[in-house]
Amino acid sequence: MAEAITGKTATETGGFRSWMARAGQDVNFLGAAFLLPAAVFLILFLSYPLLLGVWLSFTDARIGSDGQFIGVENYQSLWGDSVFWLSVFNTVLYTVVASIFKFALGLWLALILNENLPFKAMFRAIVLLPWVVPTVLSAIAFWWIYDSQFSIISWSLQQMGLIDQPINFLGDATNARASVIAANVWRGIPFVAISLLAGLQTIPPSLHEAATLDGATPWHRFRYVTLPMLTPIIAVVMTFSVLFTFTDFQLIYVLTRGGPVNATHLMATLSFQRGISGGQLGEGAAIAVAMIPFLLSAILFSYFGLQRRRWQQGGKD
Amino acid sequence: MTDFSRRGVLLGSAGIAAGLAGAKLLGGNPALAQDAALRYKPEEGASLRVLRWAPFVKGDEDQWIANTKKFTDLTGVQVRIDKESWEDIRPKAAVAANVGSGPDIVLVWFDDAHQYPDKLVDMTDLATYLAGKYGGWYPGLEGYAKQGDKFIALPLATIGNAVCYRESWVKAAGFSEFPKDTKGFLELCKALKASNHPAGFTLGHAVGDANNFCHWVMWSHGGQMVDENGKVVINSAETIAALNYAKELYPTFIAGTESWLDVNNNRAFLAGQVSMTANGVSLYYTAKKDPATAELAADIRSSNFPIGPVGKSVELCQTTSCMLFKHTKYPEAAKAYLQFMYERPQMSDWITSSSAYCCQALKSYADNPIWTADPIHAPYAKASETLRPNGYAGPLGQASAAAMADYIVVDMVAEAATGQRSPEDAAARAEQRAKRIYRS
Repeated sequence: MAEAITGKTATETGGFRSWMARAGQDVNFLGAAFLLPAAVFLILFLSYPLLLGVWLSFTDARIGSDGQFIGVENYQSLWGDSVFWLSVFNTVLYTVVASIFKFALGLWLALILNENLPFKAMFRAIVLLPWVVPTVLSAIAFWWIYDSQFSIISWSLQQMGLIDQPINFLGDATNARASVIAANVWRGIPFVAISLLAGLQTIPPSLHEAATLDGATPWHRFRYVTLPMLTPIIAVVMTFSVLFTFTDFQLIYVLTRGGPVNATHLMATLSFQRGISGGQLGEGAAIAVAMIPFLLSAILFSYFGLQRRRWQQGGKD
Repeated sequence: MTDFSRRGVLLGSAGIAAGLAGAKLLGGNPALAQDAALRYKPEEGASLRVLRWAPFVKGDEDQWIANTKKFTDLTGVQVRIDKESWEDIRPKAAVAANVGSGPDIVLVWFDDAHQYPDKLVDMTDLATYLAGKYGGWYPGLEGYAKQGDKFIALPLATIGNAVCYRESWVKAAGFSEFPKDTKGFLELCKALKASNHPAGFTLGHAVGDANNFCHWVMWSHGGQMVDENGKVVINSAETIAALNYAKELYPTFIAGTESWLDVNNNRAFLAGQVSMTANGVSLYYTAKKDPATAELAADIRSSNFPIGPVGKSVELCQTTSCMLFKHTKYPEAAKAYLQFMYERPQMSDWITSSSAYCCQALKSYADNPIWTADPIHAPYAKASETLRPNGYAGPLGQASAAAMADYIVVDMVAEAATGQRSPEDAAARAEQRAKRIYRS
């Protein structure tokens, strides 16, 4: 009996080994096996939450209750909600202005750091600091910098006799928007600068040397050599930068909570306020889902626009 | 986070008799003797997780932990206390409710319990017992913890709110005493501004201070968010009168109050930048404990907000309740713990140690000596008795919580006060926003 069992087990083991050996040679099987962990990860932690969020946006779910399917009622409600539209305006303004500044200043910094400077490595490390500091910490620092009574900027300007009253950084709608954008720019520049610096270092020096021999000015070298070579990197870097900026939450939450009178509410902060603090999960999810078209547009623009070969070569459509 | 190890006497299955024996072993501590009368028998091997807000007054937390330790010593039930910044309690509790996991007991704010009543253990038996023994619950606080006839939580305390002002500056401005009505209050603010000691009341997205101030502005003039049936009535002549009042008051404030969050008014007051603000008693104790501001502390006086045309004191005040989630594995242990914490030896010590920051929920604790220990405490003493609930005069629930979370009243007052909108437009916009929430 024991021998019979042992014999059967040995046969099965041999069969399994043989199957494994065949599978090990099968490219399709191996491909699927190697993809499986990544696929499970993506489905569990990215696709499922995203789909759940989309589903919630079509329900009247509240904290503690699953909710019923209500179609597009949340979106209809948001369509007539002035605070929602204000948050859309704020988010677009915040993203566009901050991204332009981050790109311009980041590129400028990258070009400087690409030159032969003394202590170049140290400067590069310093540039990264704002990116390394946790956002909440830098936001708290800005909170003090922008304080309506204790701002270091206001104090300095008052000491210099340039202003009489402290600047109302976060109390006035325009000032508040400019202030949170400035804080975001400060934090986002290192990412753009260091990424573009890496891109700049991939441009062969021989191209610049040839252009110089041909009599190209520094501007011409930048416009017709550096920029076209850098465009693919710019496309990727700015796509990420736009995504980070569009979905920003921490800076606003720490600095203003969306105030004054919702002047700095972004879609992300409004989504949290309505969904979690207000308990209206369905509506909060709808606001978050409403961000997707904007984000997709940014991605599509960058991938199908900025990477076009004609644009890279300085031409037009 | 605080962990309590199981030690001392283990009552567990031994019940009341062992409890008495244990109390004797520990020297006949009267608190422990009383605790032997626990109405609930903790489950075998029970342990609890409590999530509470980070303290504003150190003594509150210390005493809460000490009381908890006594409970652990008595019953052997381990209790882990986690604390979060007070504004983070709501999202944490909300997630726990939604996923059905996490802390057993949460100390929540305002109408949180009404957001997910189905997830909470019925506390009616314990609440009724405590009310019978300790003079009953204050109605305003009770409403936050009750749905119909059922207690979905236990009211714990009101965080009293009062106007804190610098007496010397008020006197220098020509006022021998703090004004009792809104008209006199406006005159005082104007006089303080003229003497370069402006007032400062929060108009930013500050959950506590801004809601307290802005609800007072609206209510004191007779405005209200909804009527008894939950119909939105905020766009009324009374509300517009309130907003006109805010518009007159605002120029007397220090610049920037529309950006203030909950901590800004404390900072400005303690730095001598403003002569007057509204806050919990923690502001006074912060000044008192710092030698650098001892002189300022001696100059602080407190008062309730003045009475407006409505003719009576109407203040929101923050309220806190203890919720017990249905996902708890040990409901009996949790109820035993809460009973223990509410019994006189523990609750009295906790109220005393909270230094007038936490106003009692049960009427018989009103005789706590803390209320007469310092004249500054007086306006905070009746917070539970006089508070007006959020979403007045409508029912507490998901709509009232959502309206507060959306800062509808705060934004309305801030818009009108700062001149961003006319009072009429601000009230109309608030009405539009409120109707979205109160639509169902």
